[in-house]
Amino acid sequence: MAIVTKRVSDEREAEEQNFNWVGTRAVRPDGVDKVTGRAKFGADLHLPNMLVGKMLRSPHAHARILSIDISSAEKLPGVKAIVTREDFSDLASEFVPAGEMMVNYRDITRNVMAREKVLYEGHALAAVAAVNAIVAREALALIQVDYEVLPHVLDVVEAMKPEAVLIQEDLLTDGADPPADKPSNIAKRVEFGHGDIETGFAKADVIVEREFNTRPVHQGYIEPHACVASVSEDGQAELWCSTQGHYVVRGHCARILGMDVAKLRVTASEIGGGFGGKTVVYLEPVALALSRKACQPVKMVMTREEVFKASGPASGANMRVKIGATRDGRITAGEAILHYQAGAFQGSPVPPGAQCAFAPYDLEHVRAVGFDVLVNRPKVAAYRAPGAPISEYAVESVVDEVAKKLNIDPIEFRLKNASREGTKASHGPKFGPIGLVETLEAAQAHDHYQSPLQPGQGRGVASGYWFNIGGQSSVTLNTSEDGTVALVVGTPDIGGSRASLGMMVAEELGVELDKVRPMIGDTSSLGYNFLTGGSRTTFATGKVAVDAARDLVSQLRERAAKIWDVPVGDILWHNGEALQKNGRGGPTETLSFRDLAESMGKTGGPLVGQASENVQGAAPSFGTHVVDVDVDRETGRVEILRYTVVQDAGKAIHPSYVEGQYQGGAVQGIGWALNEEYIYDSEGRLENAGFLDYRMPVCSDVPMIDTVIVEVPNPAHPYGVKGVGETPIVPPLAAISNAVANALGIRFSELPMSPPRVLAAIAAASSSK
Amino acid sequence: MSKVHVSTIINDDTVEFLCESEQTLLDVLRDDLRLTGSKEGCASGDCGACSVIMDGRLVCACLLLAAEAEGSTIETIEGMANGSDLHPLQQQFLDHAALQCGVCTPGFLIAAKALLDRNPDPTETEVRYWLAGNLCRCTGYDKIVRAVLDTAAETRN
Repeated sequence: MAIVTKRVSDEREAEEQNFNWVGTRAVRPDGVDKVTGRAKFGADLHLPNMLVGKMLRSPHAHARILSIDISSAEKLPGVKAIVTREDFSDLASEFVPAGEMMVNYRDITRNVMAREKVLYEGHALAAVAAVNAIVAREALALIQVDYEVLPHVLDVVEAMKPEAVLIQEDLLTDGADPPADKPSNIAKRVEFGHGDIETGFAKADVIVEREFNTRPVHQGYIEPHACVASVSEDGQAELWCSTQGHYVVRGHCARILGMDVAKLRVTASEIGGGFGGKTVVYLEPVALALSRKACQPVKMVMTREEVFKASGPASGANMRVKIGATRDGRITAGEAILHYQAGAFQGSPVPPGAQCAFAPYDLEHVRAVGFDVLVNRPKVAAYRAPGAPISEYAVESVVDEVAKKLNIDPIEFRLKNASREGTKASHGPKFGPIGLVETLEAAQAHDHYQSPLQPGQGRGVASGYWFNIGGQSSVTLNTSEDGTVALVVGTPDIGGSRASLGMMVAEELGVELDKVRPMIGDTSSLGYNFLTGGSRTTFATGKVAVDAARDLVSQLRERAAKIWDVPVGDILWHNGEALQKNGRGGPTETLSFRDLAESMGKTGGPLVGQASENVQGAAPSFGTHVVDVDVDRETGRVEILRYTVVQDAGKAIHPSYVEGQYQGGAVQGIGWALNEEYIYDSEGRLENAGFLDYRMPVCSDVPMIDTVIVEVPNPAHPYGVKGVGETPIVPPLAAISNAVANALGIRFSELPMSPPRVLAAIAAASSSK
Repeated sequence: MSKVHVSTIINDDTVEFLCESEQTLLDVLRDDLRLTGSKEGCASGDCGACSVIMDGRLVCACLLLAAEAEGSTIETIEGMANGSDLHPLQQQFLDHAALQCGVCTPGFLIAAKALLDRNPDPTETEVRYWLAGNLCRCTGYDKIVRAVLDTAAETRN
């Protein structure tokens, strides 16, 4: 199964011939460290005099904390500090951005350390720092907590009922019409759309309306949350942690602990996966509080069970989707009503879910309404295109059913209704140059889509969308005296961004790739950087890195002009060298980067390229997936036979890592569709908080994942980049469900399509015949 | 209770250590010997991030007590390269971009080495089932499997 790269623009193809690095498959600069075990992740740092911190967590899904008695634990030899709610100030309600989602400081401080109540099993309520893990665990067992256990609610539909137990007693629904006058578990109502859906449905020849349910799934990064905090006696602090955004961590921790932001220096370790789940803080403020109390460094690492119980899964949801179309295959109206679980605090990704639901379609009448609903589960965190896989699963399932009713090929049906440049999206913006049609056409032409199926097998198709973001990045290029360069960025490298950023900088400077050493600076080394998320790093930090390189080139030209005593306008920069226009003579024919670096002390001092921007112009990425499945009628197991991802990258700076994003997102989507779910007992306790029972795809579950990179350039990026990391997880849920429907003749409206559910559906279908 | 004295050979070096009876081999490798290339992803033997080769067998270091390592020979990721020469699997992982975040990579490399040590010509299916004890959440496994198959082919030639 060859990897096919489709270049859509012939002009760019021609330009590309001139690139030395962009578009190549260079070995990543951090690669050797990662294949030799040298790379240091969150749990890999050891400091002298370091203590081990451990967290006490709630065994109850919902309970009032009557008292916490730490007196016995404090007396245990080897215990150096204990913190509880007493050690954290309360914070007022204030929303701040975290990735594509918003977080509230009042809630964050309660999530890292429970105050009035514990709101889910696993909610933190005390932490111990001790000389070693054995003593720390003993101390946790000595902490006495008195609870008043309260009724709990896990299901999103149950939680919305007027008689449901209130998780937060004073929560009034934001955006309700008419305004809410009494508290409920519904935190927020959002609505997007345009036109009049009743007018649209009146024009339809066919209408399909379905209800869907999905379960929470975890991001499943292999590296648990980990950090090392060290606060000195004068209040200056160092924090090492595994995070997608160390500047964001710095801001949250400083606020929670009442510190000056500049007193806290945060260093991002290598990060062992995040997928959105490492955009928030859990351990970090607690480790800092323990260290401040003990005046010793404190290391905290979550167990896998803690990761499942206390760090952000993605929302489970209940949804209704209704789509109408004319006989000739034109969609007349679409409506989606989305109820997303937020966990114990408000802030599910239902706003982006509602925004993305109908984005692949050019619709005159469209409406998406979302409700953000509290339940006694861990607070959800971003997970790769947060909210979009859920809503687009429902929409793409109904689109498939409508196409089938009309007897139109599912790709043809999508092409008839596809968003194009100039389409007004259901959530407001008018699309620029997007590549949806190109992905549909490439999928249609692909050998996979043309190949025959065996009896009993099914093929499914779905498209997906994510809007992508830009945001603040700050980049420095420090020139060494031998003409090599340190490229310092502040967005953690989660999947190869040091490679793509280094390649763009080497391209701009005209130097060999190994003369540029990309690294992630700590929070004191650069201006503010927003986090790695929203598929923004290669786009936004990439644009800023290119601008920093251009800044450096203009300084190099100035230095050459000074040496040659000619106007700077006469100096060109080409292939890593300064030369004079028109071949007019100077002391030498050319001045290389190395020449200029060696003499920088005499020509004006250090050569530092810099750029700091709030980057605008992120372009959305659309994808279309094709999947073939077989269903074992005896075990209910769905086997993925063949899988193809087609997606618009704008421009693939490093095609291998773009393919890697496509493949990884598709396989996470396969897990979401077929096996992954949170399973609770009647007391609200998670029953499958481990990798044996929370079943993520393993190597033998999946085939090779074929990829097609479509390139419709983004005009706002110097090389045309669009973010690619998130869109790949959007289409798989519906694509697989559509394939199962074609294989079995049974349409599922619930995920995951795990063997027990598939068997039950087969039994129900045969008994109803 | 007094600590247990353990003598081992790790990556060709004689290593002696003292451990608590409840410490795992992974705890000692990481926290005491500071060989942090082996990772803890689950501590239950489900993710393979702590894979090491002990007396020729692929094992999860999180499932072994350190005291059980007495007299054994252990290979960890830190011993995989030969001086400045990367092992062919390490080079193929780099060339194939078979890693993204890289936290599972040491475990995959050790597991793949254990496979090729006993079966130099595995099929794709054999590679996939052998590596089914190692979780990767980033790559979707495609490039990892290709890297292992290409290493096998390269080594045979």
